[in-house]
Amino acid sequence: MQYAILCYHREAEVCAWSKEKDAQVMAELSKVQRKLAAQGRLGPVARLMPTSAATTLRKDRDPPLVLDGPFAETKEQLLGFYVIDCENLDGALEAAKELGAANPGGSYEIRPLRSFRIGAPPE
Amino acid sequence: MTIDPAWIEDAIVGARPQAIAALLRHFRDLDLAEEAFQEASLRALQNWPRNGAPRDPVAWLIFVARNSAVDQVRKGSRNEPLPDEDVLVDPQSTEARLVETLDHADYRDDLLRLMFICCHPELPATQQIALSLRIVSGIPVARIARAFLVSESAMEQRITRAKARIAAADVPFEAPGAVERAERLAPVATMIYLLFNEGYSAGPADVEERHALSEEAIRLARLLLRVFPAEPELMGLLALMLLQHSRLGARFDTDGQLVLLEDQDRSLWDHGLIHEALALIDKALRHRRTGPFLVQAAIAALHARAARFADTDWASIDLLYATLEQLQPSPVVTLNRAVVVSKLKGPGAALEMLEPLAKPLDGYFYYYGVRGALLRDVGRNAEAREAFERAIALANSPAEATHIRQHLDALARNLQ
Repeated sequence: MQYAILCYHREAEVCAWSKEKDAQVMAELSKVQRKLAAQGRLGPVARLMPTSAATTLRKDRDPPLVLDGPFAETKEQLLGFYVIDCENLDGALEAAKELGAANPGGSYEIRPLRSFRIGAPPE
Repeated sequence: MTIDPAWIEDAIVGARPQAIAALLRHFRDLDLAEEAFQEASLRALQNWPRNGAPRDPVAWLIFVARNSAVDQVRKGSRNEPLPDEDVLVDPQSTEARLVETLDHADYRDDLLRLMFICCHPELPATQQIALSLRIVSGIPVARIARAFLVSESAMEQRITRAKARIAAADVPFEAPGAVERAERLAPVATMIYLLFNEGYSAGPADVEERHALSEEAIRLARLLLRVFPAEPELMGLLALMLLQHSRLGARFDTDGQLVLLEDQDRSLWDHGLIHEALALIDKALRHRRTGPFLVQAAIAALHARAARFADTDWASIDLLYATLEQLQPSPVVTLNRAVVVSKLKGPGAALEMLEPLAKPLDGYFYYYGVRGALLRDVGRNAEAREAFERAIALANSPAEATHIRQHLDALARNLQ
């Protein structure tokens, strides 16, 4: 089963990290990622730019409305995500805990993927 | 349950601007707001490792800070011991309620008010910056003093004087209207850019201490943009700073000498920052409302997009400078445009543009540096030397002086 690990954290806090601290956290995370990759379980990994770079398209109207900023004002913001391959939820939680130990603070939302594809669907 | 103390400190640093801003509205007094926040931070260091981290550190800190201030008042009126803080304060259960009362609009106006107060027009720029670093960012006085190369007591005095001036001035506490909001944003944006430049103009020796100032300016701009997500000028301000900051690793050579944009190793630029800046400019341009920061960011972006100096799109940069001259007429902008014109039409045309600037820019290092280089390029070497010598006398840093000295040496070699 594939799981997405959606990384939520207080952006104001992460943006206040020094360059050194940021590099240190990324280095710690890389260790866990390399381990998952060696097991052939690591899919795409993404770190998102700050929500100030985000634009939201509200498509519940016609024409759609373009708004600056993230979709929702939340206390913790979506800052990145992983896709990993795990036996079951326990496995996903274990991987998430390892990543979390490398980067404490915030929350991970673990969501099983219904489908995952790179590129267009087959004809 | 264990919580890394470093994590708690990060959370407190991250929460500070919004918490202080909310407390200022509550107490209407900077010192009280600061003291209460200080007290709440101490309690967080004791409480969080024992009881677990709160879900919303900002709300927790505001809540506890308010309570502790009430304690202080009570302690003052009755001299009897108070119950332990754990009995008195149960932030976890009240947090949710508090979060509901702290809505987004409050956060936004509180933060803007706090920053606006710090750059009160009666304060000179140096005091505005020092005060913002102390109050908004919470940087210790000793570190601010080091960054500005003054003694700690001198910096302490500067901040105390600034606070006294603000206390004497009228501070608007009612929620601002749309026009007032826009009027407050402009000086705040300018102050943030001044702060950035304090770090950017550092020489190689103090670059470590001072580039922290640039990073703090970037953090404040990100914070402000998060609460005002649809302001193209804030996007421009942040993009401009990110683009300039992206060149940090290429601006000095191994000997600590300044490296000009045209000679910089572009592979040393921070492309992550450049991409974020380009994304912000892209967003801002959709608004079709141009301001000086956005235009300057667009100019910096054209430099960032050029793979080599020779690939620079000078014609577009010239158009952007023309726009900037209209938006914000200033001899410095015209001087910058003259440099661009020299690339497009040659040094003669640029020298003509410099003529009317001699008087307003007399005493400006960069003017004489540019003039010297243009005069040299048209072969007026004696005048070039004169301009370079004037530039050295006006240099703001040893790195600048050394750079011009190299021009002079090259001139002397050519004459032999």
